[in-house]
Amino acid sequence: MTPSAPPARRFPIAALVLIAAALAADGAVSLWMARTSHHWLPVQASAAAPYVDDLFALETGIGSFIFLGCFAVMLWTLLFNRAPKYDMEDGDPIEGNLKLEITWTIIPLVIVMLIAIHAIRVSNTLATIGPKERVLGGEQALQVAEGATATGAAPAAADYGPIEVIARQWSWEFVYPDGTRSGELHLPVDRRVRFKLISMDVLHGFYVPAFRLKQDLIPGSVIDYSLVPTREGRYRLRDSMFSGGYFSTNQTDVVVESAGTFERWLADAARAPLQESPNAALQLWQARLAKGDKGWATVPPAPPPLVNVIHDPTAPHEG
Amino acid sequence: MATSVPFDPRVLKAPHPVPGAPDNWKRFFSFNTDAKVIGIQYMAVALLFLLVGGLLAMIMRGELITPPADLVDPTVYNGLYTMHGTVMLFLFLFPILNGFNNLLIPPMIGAPDMAFPRLNALAFWLFPLFGIILMASFFVPGGPSGSGWWAYPPVSTQNPLGHFINGQFLWILAVALSGVSSILGAINFITTILRMRAPGMGYFRLPIFCWTALAAQTIQLIGLPVLTGGAVMLLFDLSFGTSFFRPEGGGDPMLYQHFFWFYSHPAVYVMVLPVFGIFSELFPVYARKPLFGYKVVAIASFGITFLSLIVWVHHMFYSGTPQWMRNLFMVTTMLIAVPTGIKVFAWLGTLWRGRIRLSTPMLFCLGGLFNFIFAGITGIMLATVPVDIHVGNTYFVVGHFHYVIFCTITFGVFAGIYHWFPKFTGRMYYEGLGKLHFVLTFIGSTLNFLPMHWAGLMGMPRRVASYDPEFALANVLASLGAFLLGVATIPFILNIVSSWARGPKAGPNPWSAIGLEWLLPSPPPAENFEDDVPTVISGPYGYGLGQPLVEHQERYVARAKEA
Repeated sequence: MTPSAPPARRFPIAALVLIAAALAADGAVSLWMARTSHHWLPVQASAAAPYVDDLFALETGIGSFIFLGCFAVMLWTLLFNRAPKYDMEDGDPIEGNLKLEITWTIIPLVIVMLIAIHAIRVSNTLATIGPKERVLGGEQALQVAEGATATGAAPAAADYGPIEVIARQWSWEFVYPDGTRSGELHLPVDRRVRFKLISMDVLHGFYVPAFRLKQDLIPGSVIDYSLVPTREGRYRLRDSMFSGGYFSTNQTDVVVESAGTFERWLADAARAPLQESPNAALQLWQARLAKGDKGWATVPPAPPPLVNVIHDPTAPHEG
Repeated sequence: MATSVPFDPRVLKAPHPVPGAPDNWKRFFSFNTDAKVIGIQYMAVALLFLLVGGLLAMIMRGELITPPADLVDPTVYNGLYTMHGTVMLFLFLFPILNGFNNLLIPPMIGAPDMAFPRLNALAFWLFPLFGIILMASFFVPGGPSGSGWWAYPPVSTQNPLGHFINGQFLWILAVALSGVSSILGAINFITTILRMRAPGMGYFRLPIFCWTALAAQTIQLIGLPVLTGGAVMLLFDLSFGTSFFRPEGGGDPMLYQHFFWFYSHPAVYVMVLPVFGIFSELFPVYARKPLFGYKVVAIASFGITFLSLIVWVHHMFYSGTPQWMRNLFMVTTMLIAVPTGIKVFAWLGTLWRGRIRLSTPMLFCLGGLFNFIFAGITGIMLATVPVDIHVGNTYFVVGHFHYVIFCTITFGVFAGIYHWFPKFTGRMYYEGLGKLHFVLTFIGSTLNFLPMHWAGLMGMPRRVASYDPEFALANVLASLGAFLLGVATIPFILNIVSSWARGPKAGPNPWSAIGLEWLLPSPPPAENFEDDVPTVISGPYGYGLGQPLVEHQERYVARAKEA
């Protein structure tokens, strides 16, 4: 050290210990938050779910660390840097600190870029969305989807499908490769299932919270989609993209079954007669008409599709 | 109150009314070109619409307090949530922030008025016009628009009753007029800041509020033409049978989403940047310290402006967006955390070792900062593609953006109102009522918007009028919070109205703040410094540095006290 250099400011040991203890406590609480975050989510029922949940837990942990760190600084200043009453003095005239400012630019940059790289890897692993084909409306979409099934644009041997997912205002219809129609979506467990997503009227969203997956159905496009269910059970499938009047009633169930149960269900379903699935939107619409059609404008619900297997709205669902 | 204030008889011949002159309340109902009058006009009308939007929200929360749709018809609920969002954005937040721009920009830079006063008044008077158009849509057959504030086609172009004049038509008209008004405003604010600064006020002596206003209004000029173009195409699809967005005619509904979000994502920054400006002005005043890293904070505003224009696809991750595009927009979105983080850390650095005074404006700033850090973290989660694929379009998003738009932006707006209230009314507000307003608002907003995140994580879609019973607890809490927020407006209104009518007189600088506006009398005269504009000789936040802000500062201080 040259004599002309300003005397190095000694960092008090007590402050260092305090900061270290605070960081350790912050880290411990953040770790606990990351672990707890799994309890805020529904059951994991698809191959995507563990990846999504782990990513969410990682972000919860990092986020908690930053949030608590900032909050601790605010709390400290509120406890120890308060001006006494009638004190009109100014604080320390610190105008900035270049090193500190560079640090808090670089560190967040590194953190978010690491998260982004990790998230890109996860997305590539999940690879749920396939190509989409442009069509002129719902009827042509149905033809394209059926064409794909019939001409044997068949998926890899291990995959099942494609199942046509047809959304209307406000109903769901699922058409299996053998032509069986269902009001609820039955899937074999542990197998990649392929879908053709079709909307007959407006935007809809294919959303299964237990799968942690959603994909919009876009009128004018047939979208290839795939996912792997990993847990047997009955889960909610909700319309996630606002679709007009009775949007909130537009839900059904996904039933994930063992390969054997699924095959038996499909065989039984193929023999069942076509009938109307119960439709909450239609019931509400009819009740409204009976009461003199009060309320604001909406298009009437599309006629419920005729299906071999109806959806039972009273069946209990997990997640 | 007007007659009790002595005034110079010459004001009767002045081209526009002057505070203190008789009958001066009438100017608020006229085509007045004084920026301070226009500012108060904006704020008063915007606060009225805050009450309208809040009332709509409380009816919605009444509906959602129980799982089935039992209070109102689902179609009515759709109209209510559409109008709630539209009113809060286009009739409350944009106008009230333009109110701040009008009140603050000219005095802060030492200008007598805006660069284009008539244009300014025109921009304001469009606001009540499109406000009335939007309110009128409640009374047309079929009710108001019920397609959400995004107005995504094809739902928005379905026109169930087939009337030419319908709720959606009026909605598009109102939004387009709002866009025109905002463009006029933006031209005015930008020109004023660029051309009318006091001598000596270089860009790095400009208060941060003006920096953020400049950054925000730049977004308006770049983005609004795109939204307005999209809105006009939507209007043509709805009313004149074109097929821009109709697949049957070869159009694509996805195109609209690009037009819409190219502006409407940056629009959030148009609203949040001025509030960052308010935070940056207020923390130094109430911590008695210079703003930490002033230059970096100033430049970070334009970092946000630039990034805000290249992130819009993050609203469309699940809309059939290919993987490469998702990845690209995830990276750009995450980069916004960097300039935003710089600002947050700078505010914390400003608080550090300050001498903090917990007045009402400071409480709202601290509350807003606390909430904003939380909102930033959930924002990063939403930027992450796989997480967004799960929580996108659920209540998690609703919770997140209310933390931004209410718990940060509106908190900042309240902070700004209390802080500059004595300056522009000449009266002091009541501190007790202000603190009560803060406590109720903070508890109410936390109760209202925090449980929404949980409902969203569990899979509750946004915009639903009914929901599965497993979401009931979160919704009951949210509804109670919403009603508490309704109660919280009572002390606010009481405070503002009674203080303005008969509050104690405020001096020119009740907070011992540094800034050109505090060298003017309260309320400032019509032309601010008129011909005697001070020469700025130091940076804007010299707390504790002991340097005067302007040449001959004592003279200005003394003159402001005499007035």
